[in-house]
Amino acid sequence: MKDYFALNARILYWTLFAPCRGQFFKVGEVFHQMVLIGVRALPMASLTSFSIGLTLAMQAAGQLKRMGAEAFVPDLVMLSLLRELGPLLIAVIVIGRSGSAVTAELGTMKVSEEIEALQVMAINPIRFLIVPRFLAMLVMLPALTIFGNYVGMIGGWTICHFVLHLNTPAYILHSITRAHPWDLYSGIIKSFVFAWLIITIACHMGLGVEGGAEGVGQATTGSVVWSLLIMLIANAMLTALFFFT
Amino acid sequence: MSAAADSTPVIEVTDLVRDFHGRKVLNGISFKVLKGDTMIIMGGSGCGKSTLLRHVIGAMKPTSGSIKLFGEEITTMEEEDLARVRRRFGVLFQSGALLQSMTVGENVALPIVEHGHLDAGIVDLMVKMKLEMVGLTGFEHLKPAEISGGMKKRVGLARALALDPELLFSDEPTAGLDPIMTSVVDILTQEMTRKLGVTAVVVTHDMTSAFRIGSKMIMLGTGPNQGKIIATGTPAEMRANPHGEVQQFINGEPDGPVPLRLSKGDYVERLLGHPGPGRQSYSA
Repeated sequence: MKDYFALNARILYWTLFAPCRGQFFKVGEVFHQMVLIGVRALPMASLTSFSIGLTLAMQAAGQLKRMGAEAFVPDLVMLSLLRELGPLLIAVIVIGRSGSAVTAELGTMKVSEEIEALQVMAINPIRFLIVPRFLAMLVMLPALTIFGNYVGMIGGWTICHFVLHLNTPAYILHSITRAHPWDLYSGIIKSFVFAWLIITIACHMGLGVEGGAEGVGQATTGSVVWSLLIMLIANAMLTALFFFT
Repeated sequence: MSAAADSTPVIEVTDLVRDFHGRKVLNGISFKVLKGDTMIIMGGSGCGKSTLLRHVIGAMKPTSGSIKLFGEEITTMEEEDLARVRRRFGVLFQSGALLQSMTVGENVALPIVEHGHLDAGIVDLMVKMKLEMVGLTGFEHLKPAEISGGMKKRVGLARALALDPELLFSDEPTAGLDPIMTSVVDILTQEMTRKLGVTAVVVTHDMTSAFRIGSKMIMLGTGPNQGKIIATGTPAEMRANPHGEVQQFINGEPDGPVPLRLSKGDYVERLLGHPGPGRQSYSA
């Protein structure tokens, strides 16, 4: 636990303060990591969001139809996606795909003496390896979440248009008028917090690997399990803070 | 160069102790390395050679004792000051420790780019020169996974030499190399120490190589002498050293003060607690 907070402090130092002292992280590497962590997760994130939008609309349609309130399906899909399911599901996808990859990569580098070699070459591993991944995650998870919200809305539209025969302008109008900017912002704040938790846990687990291939495997599993657990707890706390107080 | 400057130790290790869960891997190690020396650290497998090296480069902290590099105490140093000292030396790791995500050329360029602040053209030229030195011209664009173990080690050497260090540490530089490449690496080390005044510390158990390049030697003991220096001196002094373990090691004898570790005839009895079935039992 102490090590985890120390890592957070060091990441902040190398992200915010060290550049003021002329010790910059690699900007090119940040973009490279954005591609690995974020862009490559797009197909999976899209598919998940689409299927969730579809499922939400089907469930909502089934229930609301009894009360003759199918017109409210877009409202429900929009709010659920913006506030909860969008940030949560994209975070789950990113934990499984990118968080685990970061842990495995750093863990392998640790056991093959690469991180020690960097230190001995007077290259700080936090600046060289961790900060680019950290920044990439902080940018890409909220970006993926916004993208996922759009794709989820398309999923909802598919049901509304082809099954409920709601016309497209009505769908868009319903969705937009129901949602407030705060619904979008709260989701983005959530995904930002999730990004922080996912990447710091992944890096902490990766840098702490000991004992060869087995250690890398255990750390990767640990990274996924802990990220999921802490992310879900953080989600409950943020929902309570934003919508229940 | 004055005699006073010559006698300033580049490395001074005093009473170094490292305790791993009650087992003393290093136990009161003291030695000095002077400028221009090639110090060989030798000893059997598991005697603590690599651990000693990792302490001297600041990768591990000792339980007690002092390590001075260029006259500065490194055991109590902050990371930032340690980084400043580390820029003055190069390290060749046992496995090469190349960054797998980068090409051979990028690996060699890494310390130059990070600490050199030079134009891309000059960096390219320096990388080519360093790779040429280790006989790997034209391999710049390959990834470490695409080259052999011996080649990785040579790239590791090129990277260690990238910033023209004053001090070079090598962990088993010739293990896994063919005899010709072994000579090349030895000659490179010799040239650097003799022509450029670089100080070298080489951990090895390749005796041919050790006696070819070494100007000073220390040997770490095993068994009851675990973690202690059992012999120190010039190559000639080491050859004449009467210590049984030193002679056994230098001459590569299977049995001696370090006992033969092959299974003896009575191992079945020791394992089973009885003599076991004899040959006769099959004949009935």
